[in-house]
Amino acid sequence: MNVPLRHTPASAALAVVDCDIHPAYRSPKDLYPFLPARWQEHMSTFGEHLRQGLSGQLAWPRMMAAGMRVDSFPEQGPPGSDLALMRSQHLDANGVEYGMLMQLSRGGMEERNLEFAAALSRAVNDWQLAAFVEPEPRLRAGIVVPQEDAAFAVTEIERRAADPRFSQILISPRSSDPLGHRRYWPIYEAAQRCNRPIALHVQGFSGGHASTASGWPTYYMQEHYAASSGMQNTLMSLVFEGVFEHFPKLKVVLIEGGFAWAPALCWRMDKHWERMRKEVPHLTRPPSEYVREHCWFTTQPIEEPETPAHLADIIGWIGWDRLMFSTDYPHWDFDDPQHVFKFTLTDEQKRKVFRDNAKALYGLQ
Amino acid sequence: MKVPFKGAIDCDLHPAMPSASALLPYLDDYWRDQLVNRHIDKYSFVLTSYPPGSPLSARPDWRQASGAPAGDLDAIRSQALDPFGSRIAICNVLHGAIALFNDDMAAALCSAVNDWTAHELLDREPRLRASILVPAHDPALAVHELERLADDHRFVQVLLFAMGDALLGRRTYWPIYAAAEKQGLAIAIHAGSTYRHAPTASGWPAHRVEDYVAQSTAFESQLLSFLAEGVFQKFPALKLVLSESGVTWLPTLLWRTNKTWRGVRPEVPWIDRPPAEILREHVRLTLQPLDVPDGRTLARTLEHIGTDRMLLFSTDYPHWHFDGEDVLPDGLSDEALRKLMIDNPLETFPRLREGAAMSDNRGKKQEAVR
Repeated sequence: MNVPLRHTPASAALAVVDCDIHPAYRSPKDLYPFLPARWQEHMSTFGEHLRQGLSGQLAWPRMMAAGMRVDSFPEQGPPGSDLALMRSQHLDANGVEYGMLMQLSRGGMEERNLEFAAALSRAVNDWQLAAFVEPEPRLRAGIVVPQEDAAFAVTEIERRAADPRFSQILISPRSSDPLGHRRYWPIYEAAQRCNRPIALHVQGFSGGHASTASGWPTYYMQEHYAASSGMQNTLMSLVFEGVFEHFPKLKVVLIEGGFAWAPALCWRMDKHWERMRKEVPHLTRPPSEYVREHCWFTTQPIEEPETPAHLADIIGWIGWDRLMFSTDYPHWDFDDPQHVFKFTLTDEQKRKVFRDNAKALYGLQ
Repeated sequence: MKVPFKGAIDCDLHPAMPSASALLPYLDDYWRDQLVNRHIDKYSFVLTSYPPGSPLSARPDWRQASGAPAGDLDAIRSQALDPFGSRIAICNVLHGAIALFNDDMAAALCSAVNDWTAHELLDREPRLRASILVPAHDPALAVHELERLADDHRFVQVLLFAMGDALLGRRTYWPIYAAAEKQGLAIAIHAGSTYRHAPTASGWPAHRVEDYVAQSTAFESQLLSFLAEGVFQKFPALKLVLSESGVTWLPTLLWRTNKTWRGVRPEVPWIDRPPAEILREHVRLTLQPLDVPDGRTLARTLEHIGTDRMLLFSTDYPHWHFDGEDVLPDGLSDEALRKLMIDNPLETFPRLREGAAMSDNRGKKQEAVR
């Protein structure tokens, strides 16, 4: 975390697909060209309307440099806003063949005013193309949609579906209801129809519920972990509500929520499903089978056992074809492709995790 | 597999709770009037987490022709204590008093449940021990109840729940831990919710099976809370027992907190060594419901946990997690079984180590009883 980049020649390393890169605006006004005048004025007058006590800042301050790598600040604007620096510091230096953009802020996923959310969503999707994907063909956009307005989300997904530069659909796992609820099903129906995975990236802003079942944590250390617990429960909801039963071609990518918990969650779901299956007769198979068939996981922040090889047990249980490398650039807990695994992978395992799994999932050449 | 030797210490057994009317003799005049006049004595006080008809709540062959499963001592003896050869079993009476919003009423009913437990169960069956039920959301009342019963050493732990008003590591709750540490009582967090918050960070799941699966993430949150707030530094002798938590989620938590701690140490400077070391020393988990698919996976999971000191034998009787007498998973060595069934519980509960008179058919007993 926050060590200066080691200058490993990219040619010496395997080309990688980075499944989690965070772009940023130099200023929120960068969105104005893509926002109708009514919403430009709304944004400058009222700003975002979120479900937390502090405005314009994170409720759990990050540990250093607002959660960014200290070497990732460009001369102007926040980390992630300068494409030239992103290229030299990350895409070139780390041999990134493709990078998947995760645009989290001001995409409308956490906005309470759903009309504003829709305008933000559309603007952010246009902005991703103009600011990053058009000038840098290694990058791919995600269709950011406000999950709380499924009807609009479907419209926006369909609007972008013919554009291959949009690789997936981003909604927030900190939704207002668990994501398995039927109110979100039109989004899954559209995702399946348009052949795009649903990308669930951990979110810093709530959809109206405390981050734990016993309320709010005190420290960032806890909030950081709660993202992982929340991801487990989101996956549980998708499984038990029958989303995968109903949308047999749906694919879901779980991003930055950790992955080592997945086998244990599957065993736990299977065990209790066995006993409680009369309550959920719409499930025709053990929960673990839906996860194995429909879910992909990204690596960062990778769990680090005291005995590194223990992680190989975990990946073996998940399936080496379901894990995809990610760095989280330019965030402070960036994982370096040269050092992310503390045990030796076979060449085939490396190819799969660093490149081939993502290429197959997203249809990249 | 079946228990290979007698003398186990069953760390989680659930006698049926008494009816509210059965508690009337244990209440003072004011609360007796309140219960009768308001017909509160006709309420069931069943927790939403444990609906009586649910398959999880009672094994079919343990259900009674009339009355609740585990509803009398004969059933507890013939279905749990005798077949599993337990020399001790710790009773957790899961009573809905803890879900009341009126703190005084909750405290009065918790006291009545505890007195009922002592009189109806502990006085009549010497193998039984029990937890102290407390209204945790009013720590002063909880401490009062704990201290009221502290001299009765058949109570070996204080019973809290996994999903409640606030995360249990918060300083608000520290008086409970100070009193428990002083009195040699463990703190138990049992699966279950008072539903003061949604069970997940994205709201209310549709199904009961989801609420039950989500318990493990509630335990994760509680462990992070105890750890981050520095409870184990403040109360170095405290043992935290997670009951009915499952165990396979634990290695990921140990790994992830160790790693995150390296980045967040300045925020929590009182955590002076890797979190996994602290948790391995202070935290224990009861066995059932064991969430592993087979013996081989269990062996790998135990290696990932990194110590054989953390698991405590439990039947979770009469909840339905296994059939017949196969309360133990396959694949454990005799040594591992002895730790699980006897050594670890004795190490966890100071009050169980006092019982030199406890029957024991195991030669190594004197070494274990420190």
